[in-house]
Amino acid sequence: MPLLKTENLGITFGGLKALSDVHVEINEHELVGLIGPNGAGKTTFFNLITGVYTPTEGKIIFDGKLMNGKKNYQFNNIGIARTFQNIRLFKGLTVIENVKTAFHSSMKYSPFSGILKLPSYWKEEKLIHEKAIELLRVFSLENLINENASNLPYGQQRKLEIARALATNPKLLLLDEPAAGMNPSETSELMETIDIIRKRFNITILLIEHDMNLVMGICEKIFVLDYGMIIAKGVPEKIKSNPKVIAAYLGE
Amino acid sequence: MKNNFKYTAFIVLLLLVTYFVFVFLISSKTINNYYQGILMLIMINVMLAVSLNLVTGFLGQLTLGHAGFMAIGAYVSALFTKVSELPDILSFVIALILAGIAAAAAGIIIGIPALRLKGDYIAILTLSAGEIIRGLIIYFDEYTGGSRGMKMIPAYSNFSNVFWIMIITIFVIYSIIHSRHGRAVIAIREDEIAAESVGINIVNYKLFAFCISAFFAGVAGALFAHYNTLLDPNNFDYNYSIEMLIMVVFGGMGSLTGSIVAALGLTALPQILSDFSNYRMLLYSILLIIIMLFKPSGLFGTHEFSIMAIGGLFKGKKSKTKKRGDL
Ligand SMILES: Nc1ncnc2c1ncn2[C@@H]1O[C@H](COP(=O)(O)OP(=O)(O)O)[C@@H](O)[C@H]1O
Ligand SMILES: [Mg+2]
Repeated sequence: MPLLKTENLGITFGGLKALSDVHVEINEHELVGLIGPNGAGKTTFFNLITGVYTPTEGKIIFDGKLMNGKKNYQFNNIGIARTFQNIRLFKGLTVIENVKTAFHSSMKYSPFSGILKLPSYWKEEKLIHEKAIELLRVFSLENLINENASNLPYGQQRKLEIARALATNPKLLLLDEPAAGMNPSETSELMETIDIIRKRFNITILLIEHDMNLVMGICEKIFVLDYGMIIAKGVPEKIKSNPKVIAAYLGE
Repeated sequence: MKNNFKYTAFIVLLLLVTYFVFVFLISSKTINNYYQGILMLIMINVMLAVSLNLVTGFLGQLTLGHAGFMAIGAYVSALFTKVSELPDILSFVIALILAGIAAAAAGIIIGIPALRLKGDYIAILTLSAGEIIRGLIIYFDEYTGGSRGMKMIPAYSNFSNVFWIMIITIFVIYSIIHSRHGRAVIAIREDEIAAESVGINIVNYKLFAFCISAFFAGVAGALFAHYNTLLDPNNFDYNYSIEMLIMVVFGGMGSLTGSIVAALGLTALPQILSDFSNYRMLLYSILLIIIMLFKPSGLFGTHEFSIMAIGGLFKGKKSKTKKRGDL
């Protein structure tokens, strides 16, 4: 059974078909790339499979459950976490608070315990403090925990956003152009980190990337979107030589 | 975290000392009735500003109906204690709880439509809601005395109970902000879409904040009613809501200590300069303009004033304030 499956998925914005007839399957532990020219509908696909947008047609099935009609936050609670193309951190908060906030759903204590600071409050708060630091260490952010998120350089903001997404303990992690704005050495370092976190956290990753060559290196499977349609899917070698893909990228 | 116990002990000690100093000053008549009245009003305004800050500063929704929630608490509690035949203390405690619950219920009722709105529209909605509450109080004059006012409310509020209830209010809201629930509320202020993307049910937490905030406004209203012993619906018009908002903005949205200091200053100042009290709103406006020009984030921004940090000053540290959350 695939972890994520979409059937005939599509959305129309006031007559404009941004995405149509998308059938994809992603299996557990895969690292999948979603590529396509600007405006192809990649981010829109993410918005659909995280409940930000409601599809106008088709089905989203995650972990065997039909997700249509669920709320945005429920998609996360069920196991889909994401980052955003235009970084969306909690800018006024510190690095560690950004991550702690994302542990929200894995914590159990009631408002009552929080107000009276009962043992469950201390226990869970201490635990997530440690977990947050551990997670930030993966991204070499552990020395910046009390820094304001907005003060971080761009590359570290992107990493923090990934750390925050991972804090929600997802099964599927969606990364929307994680390398955007990074220089080549930062990018290759990031791609390594992505591969490491997949193994370490034992998760599935779907990665949007504008630059085709970048994903070829690390992804096992690639979907190509063009004008809201999947024009090719498969292993990187096949994608590279697919005439439709070449045309889409040349035509850009 | 290792200094936590010492810190708490220090705060408790400081509160006890403050409390006993005031009790002594009041019982020895050093603080006369007039000043005691100002003191009561200050404490009630601190409760209002701190509770309003939860919604305005921490949830990030501009609301202008806080006086309405206060009015509900005031009238509900007074209606209860006037007919209750229970012993005074018990009657007052129940009245305070009823006041809080009634106001919290109103908070949720107004919170639900507010969920669909943004920014200025929430301000307009809550402003109208506050005025509707006042209108309803005037309309049901059979019970509330309408615009003639409600009289002969038992004088249960005194310095001691208002002081400790204020401390409880501050403590509860402080604790909420520093819990996972508070982090959820703050995340909504920072970025609703991001908050949802990390699994926070923003509808629940918006209502949660509205509800807690209104609860304490209701309790403050009950304390006010049993201190003033008479209620006039015009006590709770939108001017008062605006005053509360000014206190929050002045102290810094998202800073509880800022709200406390601002409520204290802005209540005491016009009273002490009694010639000035007619120009209170004028004074507020001027102060607000000054703040907006020179420090738009308010006196404290989102920082909390920390006694430990003052200690740090003596040890030659630089920071005067402590960032929210790093205990
Ligand atoms: N909320 C929206 N309303 C209207 N049009 C939208 C909306 N979101 C996306 N679109 C349109 O959908 C198309 C695909 O956009 P997007 O998914 O952002 O592309 P990309 O592949 O670059 O991420 C674009 O034409 C865009 O204008
Ligand atoms: Mg995009």
